[in-house]
Amino acid sequence: MRDSEKIMEKTSLKPLVILEQGRVPAAPRVAQISCCAPGARASGSAAVCAGAFGADSVPEILGKAVIGEIETSYGRVPVVSADISRRDRWNELRCRLGNFRMNYAIPPGIYAVGSPRPDSDVLVSANYKLSFDRLRGALAGRDLWILVIDTAGINVWCAAGKGTFGTDELARRIGIHGLGGMVTHRRIIVPQLGAPGVSAAEVKKRTGFRVHFGPVRASDIPAYLDAGLKATPGMREVGFGLVDRLVLTPLEFVPAMKMFPLAALIILAVSGLEMNGILFGAAWRNGAPVVLLLFAAVVAGAFLVPLVLPFIPFRSFALKGFLAGAAVNALLLHGVDVLPGRDAYLTAFSYLLFPVISSYLALQFTGATAYTGISGVKKELKYALPVYAVFCVLSASALVAWKLAGWGLI
Amino acid sequence: MKYLKNVATLSYNAEKCTGCGRCAEVCPRAVFAMDGKRAAVTDRDRCMECGACARNCAYGAISVSAGVGCAAAITNALITGGEPSCDCSSSSKGGCCG
Repeated sequence: MRDSEKIMEKTSLKPLVILEQGRVPAAPRVAQISCCAPGARASGSAAVCAGAFGADSVPEILGKAVIGEIETSYGRVPVVSADISRRDRWNELRCRLGNFRMNYAIPPGIYAVGSPRPDSDVLVSANYKLSFDRLRGALAGRDLWILVIDTAGINVWCAAGKGTFGTDELARRIGIHGLGGMVTHRRIIVPQLGAPGVSAAEVKKRTGFRVHFGPVRASDIPAYLDAGLKATPGMREVGFGLVDRLVLTPLEFVPAMKMFPLAALIILAVSGLEMNGILFGAAWRNGAPVVLLLFAAVVAGAFLVPLVLPFIPFRSFALKGFLAGAAVNALLLHGVDVLPGRDAYLTAFSYLLFPVISSYLALQFTGATAYTGISGVKKELKYALPVYAVFCVLSASALVAWKLAGWGLI
Repeated sequence: MKYLKNVATLSYNAEKCTGCGRCAEVCPRAVFAMDGKRAAVTDRDRCMECGACARNCAYGAISVSAGVGCAAAITNALITGGEPSCDCSSSSKGGCCG
């Protein structure tokens, strides 16, 4: 007897929950877990199974989060803990810092928290592990079902914007996992930030389930449930406070820094460029301060602007970035006096280029904020891109003039 | 915090409103509020054009040109000539989402 069969038998003998068999129209008893196994998509088969996997085949990514399983008439459902482990937190950090988040998906399907019954509420989540952790972490002491839908490992808000956290996928998952047979009620709680992709009316028409939009933040879910699925106005609004902005800065700063080594190398090479070759002494002496100015421009645009966003004048991100970049540039040029000999051409080059770089990077942050819309960003780009181009040409001219002056040609 | 003035494409036709309250429920920026038996727009400049209200208005009272407010996506679209799409799911590039 294979291990999976042993566990099936064991759990069949001692089920935590047995749903009324009679309610389930010809429910195929799920003897194998392949139909919703990680990687297996939708499948043309009519097999219905609730959970994504059994306790014997918990995917590595979920680790200690799965603490048991519940036998239902649609198969086994993994029970997840509300405890967020140290590894989960470490992985969250990795998501915040880089591309680790691109491959942080859990298998879609039904999960359980506590010991849910057929009349327990169903919460819908994206299959991005970070979203799932936020959700289960808020549900300590509750008995609930979680329906994880396939958003390709993207969070609820971004996936809803693209439509992958959407009406079609939600309706499909309700069918695939036999939710209608598993629960006796017809209500599902969808995160409010999924609303751009989910039409409640359409879901109701297709599945019979009435969508209740839950609060924006998972931490408000217990209060929302206790109030009888009623959200206070505060639960409905997205915040964008200091911490919200701070956690987003690494993904502005780190990608921006990818180009930095190459740019620094070019700056050093140009700085050392003489009529008869590249002089290393000159490269370092003239180039290092410019590399520092470039670094400061990246910090200003990708870190400083997000951090002190509300305190920089203007609503436009391009202007906020330009202002922050110009201020930092001025501080280094005149406050710290980084440029040797206060060369006029280099000073002009610095003012023409670096605030524009900060501005460009600040504009990128519009993709991550909780209050900017596409029309505004389009308007900003319409004005900013030509200005950027002009400033780049002017700064390049200043650089050429600096070199020519250095060689005694002008 | 508010973004640029008078750019949001949100439009609302109060005559079609049945007062179901879905728009006020789904808006993450509190742009809609229930004013008696009808929804009312509190401040259009707060709108971030996510499209949740329009998607969930079963009576066609709301329209908004929704999209990804991401400079990188829009710049890419300008260059390649396509529709702006957030590239979060591709591993080739650090997208805006996470």
